[in-house]
Amino acid sequence: MAHSVAPPATGHAAPAPLPVRTVLPWAVFGGVLMLVLLYFVGAEQGATALLSGTGVHEWVHDGRHLLGFPCH
Amino acid sequence: MNSATVRSLLVRGMLAGLAAGLLALLVAYLLGEPQVDAAIAFEDAHAHEHEAEVVGRAVQSTAGLATGVLVYGVALGGIAALAYCFALGRVGRFGPRATALLLSGAAFGAVCLVPFLKYPANPPSVGDPGSIGTRTALYFLMIALSVLLAVAAVLLGKRLAPRLGAWYATVAALAAFAAAVALAYAFLPAVNELPADFPALLLWKFRLSALGVQLVLWTAFGLLFGELAERATGVRAGAAPRGADGGAVPSAR
Repeated sequence: MAHSVAPPATGHAAPAPLPVRTVLPWAVFGGVLMLVLLYFVGAEQGATALLSGTGVHEWVHDGRHLLGFPCH
Repeated sequence: MNSATVRSLLVRGMLAGLAAGLLALLVAYLLGEPQVDAAIAFEDAHAHEHEAEVVGRAVQSTAGLATGVLVYGVALGGIAALAYCFALGRVGRFGPRATALLLSGAAFGAVCLVPFLKYPANPPSVGDPGSIGTRTALYFLMIALSVLLAVAAVLLGKRLAPRLGAWYATVAALAAFAAAVALAYAFLPAVNELPADFPALLLWKFRLSALGVQLVLWTAFGLLFGELAERATGVRAGAAPRGADGGAVPSAR
């Protein structure tokens, strides 16, 4: 983690952080979108269902087991 | 300019996630599928009634598996890239590549390994269908808890660093994380729904291959995304001279 002392003269300085206010809108929008994707791979038509039937569950069945999600 | 960097890191994270997903898919297909098939054979031998197949095994084990693993890779690659935007330059004096690998390792630990040790992956026929709601809720609760504790540990480490120095701050933060995880393990209910005569070796092989899928996914993601992020952040530095190792030389602060 961070050296609290001054960096060695030959060492690389850490890159400048991206401002939180710039990252936040991307993080909220992108994060929600990615979580929706994860929901459809990991949980749809398992514990809860937005779509009727078992098509989604059956299609990603093997992935769900091997990625560690409770499947059925 | 900064917003463009975030967008470019997000896109690169999703691409790196897709590429890492392809490697993980190979592991899932070669190591995992034989165990899934064996578990389904066990299930069929013990089932009282047979359900009609909506999607055939040939599709489930190829196109279905690929859909699951690749979408998982893209989604987690995107989330990891967004976390990376917060982490870069804030967790110690690490360059873009080292930060990517550290983040990837932390994500493997917090998103996969810590939840896996409490609620491991189960092959078909392990787990009572009646308890799927409870098991899903517990699993996602464990992931959320583990990720929150990991973020808290990073913030704690940053706070302690000026007083203890980087090394002892990191050790203290990791110890606090381990203690909190141990508490969560102790208080969350255990799930044990293994059929009495399920082969132990098959369960072990299945869980090992599930862990292998994640290990390959996150290692590949960390290395690939690090390369892409180095270039994305190098562009931001503009006419920064290239170092002897090919990496951008960051400007002094």
